[in-house]
Amino acid sequence: MTDATAGLHVKSISCSRGYRDLFTGLDFQLSAGQVLRVEGKNGSGKTSLLRIMSGLAQPLEGEVLWKGKKIHHPESEYFQDLLFIGHRAGIKFELTPIENLCMAKALNGSKSENGIEEALYQVGLYGFEETPCANLSAGQKRRVALAQLYLTQSKVWILDEPYTSLDVAAVANFEELFTQHVNNGGSLVITSHQPVNLKISEQYRIVLPNTQLEKFA
Amino acid sequence: MIPSTSSAFIALIKRDLMLSYRHRNELLNPLLFFVIVVTLFPLGTSPEKQLLQTMAPGVIWVAALLAAMLSLDSLFKSDYEDGTLEQMMLSHHSNAVLVLAKIISHWLVTGVPIILMAPLLGLFMFMPIEGIKTLMLTLLLGTPILSLVGAIGMGLTLGLNRGGMLLSLLVLPLYIPVLIFSANAVDASLAGMDIKGQLYFLGALLVLSITLAPIATATALKISVE
Repeated sequence: MTDATAGLHVKSISCSRGYRDLFTGLDFQLSAGQVLRVEGKNGSGKTSLLRIMSGLAQPLEGEVLWKGKKIHHPESEYFQDLLFIGHRAGIKFELTPIENLCMAKALNGSKSENGIEEALYQVGLYGFEETPCANLSAGQKRRVALAQLYLTQSKVWILDEPYTSLDVAAVANFEELFTQHVNNGGSLVITSHQPVNLKISEQYRIVLPNTQLEKFA
Repeated sequence: MIPSTSSAFIALIKRDLMLSYRHRNELLNPLLFFVIVVTLFPLGTSPEKQLLQTMAPGVIWVAALLAAMLSLDSLFKSDYEDGTLEQMMLSHHSNAVLVLAKIISHWLVTGVPIILMAPLLGLFMFMPIEGIKTLMLTLLLGTPILSLVGAIGMGLTLGLNRGGMLLSLLVLPLYIPVLIFSANAVDASLAGMDIKGQLYFLGALLVLSITLAPIATATALKISVE
């Protein structure tokens, strides 16, 4: 157990879908500089857990705390520190990548004043800035969504299947970014059916429906 | 750099107006519906001047009500489907403020055209200038209420597959006070009476809905997103 005010504390939560219990009594903490991989079969509750951790869904029992306060508490400031990218990428197809990122920046903020073009360059969308996202491929749309990661100053990243439809080179690029983020004191929660190779010592994993947190070697 | 809520508010209005501009042909549908419904009445009843004049305030207002309800569908649906609504809910800004931004831009592209179209329909129905002025005034006060109250219903029915019918059942009863005071104000002005009372009521309803509806809508959306 680490300090109770250190970071994200998932406190004995349970979740069910319909009449089926997905998991019960899940309890762990995630501090700065740590990675949590959520694994499990299809339908084992990975997305449900991530949505509960991001505050989009309510657990059946238990609560999620950020620095000792409930995440929905007005003083917790969790949502300033959170970046969640889910299955639905949050990209408007009618808008260009620049316009999409401008909106993301207005909602969530950014590290630097004019980082949008830099972020698009980093994800390999140089030359597509003014193309409506509807005309981009599935992988390129995914890159637009993930370009937020280059922009954000959030500490906690919760990513649900970020690698979907990305090519090998892009995956390697993002893994480098994840490593950098975690080594700079961020935390990362990630699900992926593809292998995730991060050069980080503090990696943990949960294989649902087991609720035991284990060190990842 | 944490952005202020006011800059997020303005950015969201801008974004929604830009999206509407890129879908501008869709905006025409509720407006055409409004015009067609009103033009059906002389065909269905009689083109007699006296009768149309009597019916005009009610007919135009009911048509505006239905057109406003039809246009609600575009308010949150696409944001819900592509995940941008989730991103809004997860930002640190007050959800009610962001919802208000969406409602304002929605009103600008659906409510304002209805107000601008109304004088033409008033002339169709032989309405004198005095009546048309009051009609526009009531629409100016009333259509924002329709957007604000409709947003609550839209937020509640967002997660449902076929929420359209339920939406009208939820929202239309709440539109009744607006209809009564507005149509009555136009009638009264045609009879040369004072309309301050009705306008005050509409103004009070507008203040009530502008302060409370965004909060209710934000809560409804939170439930729908879950």
